[in-house]
Amino acid sequence: MENQDHLVQHSIPQLLRWRVKATGEKIALREKDLGCWHSYTWNQYYDFVRKTGLGLKKIGFEKGNKIAIISDNIPETLYMAIGAQAVGGISAAIYQTSLPDEIGGILEYLNVGIVFCSDQEQVDKVAEVRAKIPGVKLVIYEDPRGMRSYQTDDWFMSIKDLYALGDAAHRETPELFNALVDEGKPDDVCHLCLTSGTTGLPKGAMLTHRNYINMGLQITKVDPLEETDEYLSFLPFAWIGEQMNSFGVAMATGIAVNFPESVETTMDDLKEIGPHFMFGAPRIYETIRSQIWLKMDESYWLNRTLYRYFMKIGEEAAGYRMTGKQMPGRLRFLAWLGKQIIFRPLVNQIGLLRLRRAYTGGAALGPELFTFYQAIGVNLKQIYGQTEIVGIAYMHRDGDVRPDTVGKPLPGTECKISEEGEILSRSASVTPGYYKLPEKSAELLEGGWLHSGDAGYIDANGHLVVIDRISDVMHNINGDMFSPMFLENRLKFSPYIKEAVIFGDKKEYVAALINVDPIVVGKWAEDRGISFSTYMDLSFQPEVAELIKGAVVEINRNREKPHFKIRRFAILYKLLDMDDGELTKTGKIRRKFVREKYNDLFEALYDENITEKKVEAFFQYQDGQTTTVDTSIRFYTMEGD
Amino acid sequence: MTQLIVSDVTLTFGGLNALFNVDIVIEPGIITSIIGPNGAGKTSILNCISGFYHPTKGRIQYGERNLTNASPHQISNIGIARAFQNLELFRGLSVLDNLLLARHQNLRYSLLDAIIFFGKASRIEAENRAYVEKIIDFMELEPYRKSMVGNLSYGVQKRVEVARALTLAPKLVLLDEPMAGMNIEEKEDIVRFILDLKKEWGVTVVLVEHDLGVVMDISDRIYVLDFGELIGSGTPKEVASDPKVIEAYIGEE
Repeated sequence: MENQDHLVQHSIPQLLRWRVKATGEKIALREKDLGCWHSYTWNQYYDFVRKTGLGLKKIGFEKGNKIAIISDNIPETLYMAIGAQAVGGISAAIYQTSLPDEIGGILEYLNVGIVFCSDQEQVDKVAEVRAKIPGVKLVIYEDPRGMRSYQTDDWFMSIKDLYALGDAAHRETPELFNALVDEGKPDDVCHLCLTSGTTGLPKGAMLTHRNYINMGLQITKVDPLEETDEYLSFLPFAWIGEQMNSFGVAMATGIAVNFPESVETTMDDLKEIGPHFMFGAPRIYETIRSQIWLKMDESYWLNRTLYRYFMKIGEEAAGYRMTGKQMPGRLRFLAWLGKQIIFRPLVNQIGLLRLRRAYTGGAALGPELFTFYQAIGVNLKQIYGQTEIVGIAYMHRDGDVRPDTVGKPLPGTECKISEEGEILSRSASVTPGYYKLPEKSAELLEGGWLHSGDAGYIDANGHLVVIDRISDVMHNINGDMFSPMFLENRLKFSPYIKEAVIFGDKKEYVAALINVDPIVVGKWAEDRGISFSTYMDLSFQPEVAELIKGAVVEINRNREKPHFKIRRFAILYKLLDMDDGELTKTGKIRRKFVREKYNDLFEALYDENITEKKVEAFFQYQDGQTTTVDTSIRFYTMEGD
Repeated sequence: MTQLIVSDVTLTFGGLNALFNVDIVIEPGIITSIIGPNGAGKTSILNCISGFYHPTKGRIQYGERNLTNASPHQISNIGIARAFQNLELFRGLSVLDNLLLARHQNLRYSLLDAIIFFGKASRIEAENRAYVEKIIDFMELEPYRKSMVGNLSYGVQKRVEVARALTLAPKLVLLDEPMAGMNIEEKEDIVRFILDLKKEWGVTVVLVEHDLGVVMDISDRIYVLDFGELIGSGTPKEVASDPKVIEAYIGEE
């Protein structure tokens, strides 16, 4: 493919105009409405952007003004954002699921003057906080349904009226729009992207035209796309994951963006479009896998038998494919056969047959999911990045997919691990800072590097490994860093371990309290004729301890750093539970609470002379009754290095 | 806009009066509800209006037309559609096919046209599909377009039943307990559809419903039946404070 690097010299609207000149009659957008796919060429796309931009200008939207978009995935979202950018404005997007007060707060913080809503649901929310947002002069809506009570109020406006204003302005001065687009500079801020703050108001990362376009160009250097490729837009537009595709990748490559009919029909629309690449959070891939499992379960016996047999072959072949190794001839033939007989039709059923690459990001994905998708022939890869670097900065390369890493930096991205172990990045896609938060911006960009807030390291293959949020990591007595969550996840990958708590902050070694999985281990014990009565009894069985010990030995053997070794562990007599305050509502461990509640166990874990200790187990039943049981708990030391 | 007048209607089944001297006026463009305890004659009224039963005595008039002895298909042709309490759908067909089938009376092409298909038949089919898609959009049935009706949840089937009535592009729609057996969220959706139907499409709605909360919230006018007799009528407020209505619903003190 020819070098497209010169495209970063454009602003997004300028690049859109460039696309019109290059491939004006090619389909740029497609939208399903009333059961039909309607397509729009790059020419029509640009026309709509012009109408919107000039319409906005006509109602007093000036250079530097801000427009907020609260919308489902519809083409008008792009018209609004790019139309605003064309006249020098800045767009911002808010999640459709946000509550009215949240929306009000964000609109105030970003100094928004105009809000665009897709439907009544969103308009209602903005109208509810109207008194608190004096800065907002106008609310534009797309779907007129249910808007009758707003029609008499000129705070609200239909997008059709905006188009009419834009058309009129264009007829008056036909050269105006081109001149406005010419004024744009690649380093102007074009969009404010909200970062998902866990507490309080989110921060608005300022992103420039160059940030987006550069990202789109760099990623397609690794994974090239054709102009004829299709993409289905189903992620929330407020998430960087959607913007990087519809602003960055689509503009840089000229692919077509498709918009589903409604949120509920996304999976059916995916089937109809058959996209060539997709991006999503791990949950989407988990959902699709569940669907496949369900379909296979409902299928007839021959199908199921073939599926089971070729799944094993596929998993074996996936091991070779992910590491780029040469497959033995027999395996290669069987894998090909499995693909023809079962996996091609299966993947076609879910609409992923044309898919060349699927990316996952935003959270960790279990290694078995990678193997599963690679086995059925879907090239699923991990990406890593932040909003502040336009989503993707690190990515697996084809034939080099290692489930425990996030891959290598994109071309033009530099990576450095700070002395504290924080992942730092530098590229043309890094944000100039947060909107109206100079102190936070300075912290973020200290020393010219983007501070991710994540701890990580680069492994022997040059892949970046992300450990945890830097605020959550612990250091042992020598100051060596480790992540309790990372190690807990390793333990939990064992089917026999339900939950684990890792200790070791400022201690000589890492120790763990482990919950065995009552169902799996219970079944395991039954199969071996080990009798037990309660969960407490099961946990105390020496055979169970041996089983868990085996799992810990395995994890210790595969550990990345020597100090990650779990030296001592004990099996806890009760499951950690939300109602007992040991887990949060989302199922995360409340570390401090657990540490204090089981303080005597904690101390025994760090006294190597203790192998067994009497404890009083305290239980609270659902009706509020409590009881105390005397039991003992054993401690196990892992020998060797 | 056309008024529907039910005047002095009596319906007798072998000496039993299902309806007795009932007078109801359905004003155009509003939501009129008919309520009453079980067996009060609510569905009988709808059956008389839609031509399934013919009154023993009395008269039903829609604008200039006398509907007293009209047949169901004549009534649906003049723009009065009905959604049934017990779903009257083809369970083995998809939602789309059910709705297309409901428009069969709009298929004005001959057998020969149908055999040739290209030209007239294909154009009319496309028009029908476009209209049905509008209903699907309105009733938010997109995710179920191609699902078999029998496999859908009860709440969705009810929505399809209402959609089926709407495919006839009615001026007046009779809804017989469209919310029975639904959860709160499904009820809220149906209420929104009914309000949109009235306010955006200008359709006159006659609603028979047991959920009094909903009826009081959305009706413009209410008629109360008890043992086949009309015992009260008026705005929701008037009806709620009518002692006769209270007695019929709650009993004497």
